Amino acid sequence: MDTQQALFRYNLRLGDTNLILGHRLSEMCSRGPMLEEDIALTNIALDHIGQAEALLDYAGTLEGLGRTGDDLAYLRPEWEYYNLLLAEQPNTDFAFVIVRQFMIDTYQCLLYDHLRSSKDETLAGMASRFLKETLYHQRHSRNWVFRLGLGTEESHSRLTAAVNELWKYAGELFESDEVESILAAAGIIPNPASLREPWLESVRKDLRQASVPEPPASHAATGGRNGRHGEQLGHLLAEMQYLQRAFPGAAW
Amino acid sequence: MKNIPDSEGTLWEVFVQQKTGQPYRHAGSLHAFDKEMALENARDLFARRGEVSGLWLVPASEIIAVQPDDFAPFFEAADDKIYRHPTFYQMPEGAKNI
Repeated sequence: MDTQQALFRYNLRLGDTNLILGHRLSEMCSRGPMLEEDIALTNIALDHIGQAEALLDYAGTLEGLGRTGDDLAYLRPEWEYYNLLLAEQPNTDFAFVIVRQFMIDTYQCLLYDHLRSSKDETLAGMASRFLKETLYHQRHSRNWVFRLGLGTEESHSRLTAAVNELWKYAGELFESDEVESILAAAGIIPNPASLREPWLESVRKDLRQASVPEPPASHAATGGRNGRHGEQLGHLLAEMQYLQRAFPGAAW
Repeated sequence: MKNIPDSEGTLWEVFVQQKTGQPYRHAGSLHAFDKEMALENARDLFARRGEVSGLWLVPASEIIAVQPDDFAPFFEAADDKIYRHPTFYQMPEGAKNI
């Protein structure tokens, strides 16, 4: 695998995580707990889908086979999707939506901050743009973590349940294989493992402030980055890709 | 935070400034449970598109307003004192820049 192939795969991983998370959030449209929060979640969904579009377009360019970002989004099967498992977890309740978001926002803030100084100029430019949006996402999800954690007995127990359930997907954020090794050695991305401690420190501090107990150690669920997904992703893609599958090439 | 069952929080009035130095104008209202949430909701509802250089949030309950019953004593007292209005006075012949 050469650097360009590694960068293609890496852009798919980042792009897919944003696209799937954006789609999950878009499922909250008209289902938010209140009008204001409905709009906030939908705005954040649009930011993630926008980031996915930029990343997948760039992936298509790197691949050099003439595939566009849309082709990559709508015409790949489940096992060619490389998003983090965390991103595809369903909207079980509002606490799940918030905790999933909080874990990914904290991670993306750290990642994009490093990627701003990537030796790949395109990636560095995108990361600078994304970071502004992501800092706002983190502010939003973090404040909800405090609000739910310090709110009522029920909001606290639902928040704790979501943290305990989603915690097993955290390990995957910091994994690396040949793709990340090549890119980290070339100064294009940070070593994923180097983000682990700052992420844990930041998340633990916030959970403590929200009076959520430290999640119990659990096995780490993994595989999304290599196309091995849970049963939920197929359903999500079936809905997201329906139009292009039913009417190939359909355009506005 | 207060526990308010089945509530969307309290009502806040939103004032938006479009350019630095310009007055803040009332833009609408929203619901929120606390100051931070009010600010974030205002950003999402009123500042996501177009130029905004400032946001003010005021709890609606903190705004005092003249009640309809008081309109007459507050606003109409001057109506029979026409000399209080500048239009009562004739412009002196030849005066400029008044």
